[in-house]
Amino acid sequence: MTAIDDRGYARPEVLVSTEWVADHLDDPAIRVIESNEDPLLYSSKHIPGAVEVDWTRDLNDQLRRDYLERDGFEKLMRRIGVTPDTTVVFYGDKNNWWATYAFWIFQLFGHARAKVMDGGRLKWEQEDRPMTTDLPRYGPTIYRAPERDDSTVRAFRDRVMAHLKAKGQLVDVRSPEEYSGERLHMPAYPNEGALRGGHIPGAANVPWARAVNPSDGTFKAAAELRAIYQKEQKLDPEREVIAYCRIGERSSHTWFVLTHLLGFPNVRNYDGSWTEWGNLVNVPIEK
Amino acid sequence: MAEYPPKLRRLLKRIGAIADRQERIQLLIDLSKRYRRVSEEIARPPYGDEHKVPACESQAYVFPVPNGDGSLAFHFAVDNPQGISAMAMAAVLGDTLSGVPLEQVAAVPTEIVYELFGKELSMGKNMGLMGMVGMVTGYARERLAEKT
Repeated sequence: MTAIDDRGYARPEVLVSTEWVADHLDDPAIRVIESNEDPLLYSSKHIPGAVEVDWTRDLNDQLRRDYLERDGFEKLMRRIGVTPDTTVVFYGDKNNWWATYAFWIFQLFGHARAKVMDGGRLKWEQEDRPMTTDLPRYGPTIYRAPERDDSTVRAFRDRVMAHLKAKGQLVDVRSPEEYSGERLHMPAYPNEGALRGGHIPGAANVPWARAVNPSDGTFKAAAELRAIYQKEQKLDPEREVIAYCRIGERSSHTWFVLTHLLGFPNVRNYDGSWTEWGNLVNVPIEK
Repeated sequence: MAEYPPKLRRLLKRIGAIADRQERIQLLIDLSKRYRRVSEEIARPPYGDEHKVPACESQAYVFPVPNGDGSLAFHFAVDNPQGISAMAMAAVLGDTLSGVPLEQVAAVPTEIVYELFGKELSMGKNMGLMGMVGMVTGYARERLAEKT
């Protein structure tokens, strides 16, 4: 794969290579963070010195369907030994799907010193780089976070509805079967965990994983990404885009691609996504 | 829990008694290490779609092999090397349900996924693991139907 700087990304500094991470394992200004879908993976082995941020326990409010508030984020940062000056580097399973989700949530609190390790856990393992079961311990830090800012990169359903009425750009990043509303083959489970299947009218369908090279989980070069999102799907970078999936995790990956790799200036993630839209009464749905 | 086959019941009781999340995770990782891919005498890759677990992103496959006593032995393949949870599930199902009377296997609910892994799973992960249970119990039901 071409070096990150040669791939034509709008903000290449948000991606680091596995080699870069290997060279910074002992750098106190760097905190490597693993975020996975599979809850067993981190404990089975992880990059030496890496901490785990679990999307269910650490990033979500445990009562309401929402993310943690400022206090919770500050506690999390103290626990994993991060200060406002620490550069956090996310990686994880599933082509960094959950890593970009954590990255996105960190942006709600303005932690701009954040990067993603290109290729994630898959590439690190393919390269036989060191892994350990040792759990790192970092001293508690002082971290003062701002209040969570939901106004810039997050979309709630009212905004999505207004966006829809204004014929705004939407990207549904789920699989074609989910997009079309075809029922999954799971008895007793409604499609998507929602009462209705289909998609928000007018949404383009670009499954999130099209942005990565399946062989090693690295992101495709900017030209390839532009061919998908701009030429094939006709997304206009100058207009707002709202991405969604089922609960906002896969669409955070697409948000990352559009915002940081292609430089779209106004992209939001609708984390209510299909589990909200597909359960709402009297909203438009297309199949 | 009384309706579960004895080995499964014992395992669920053991894991249910673990209050510490990390300890539970470690037990599940230990179980995953007992996973063995289906032997080539039973199935060779590429495996047929009829054996593929629906909705399982770890690309898990289930292979039932009839035993002489009318029960089934369950073998598995998990193609995703990072599918540790699927491997743990495969080890659990293979170890606790192989050779068990079909009526008991058929009655195992998919909700054992929660008892093993807790409820902090993504829906995708949940559906994949439940799909593995559903496929095993489905094979038992099919076999029972063939007998009647």
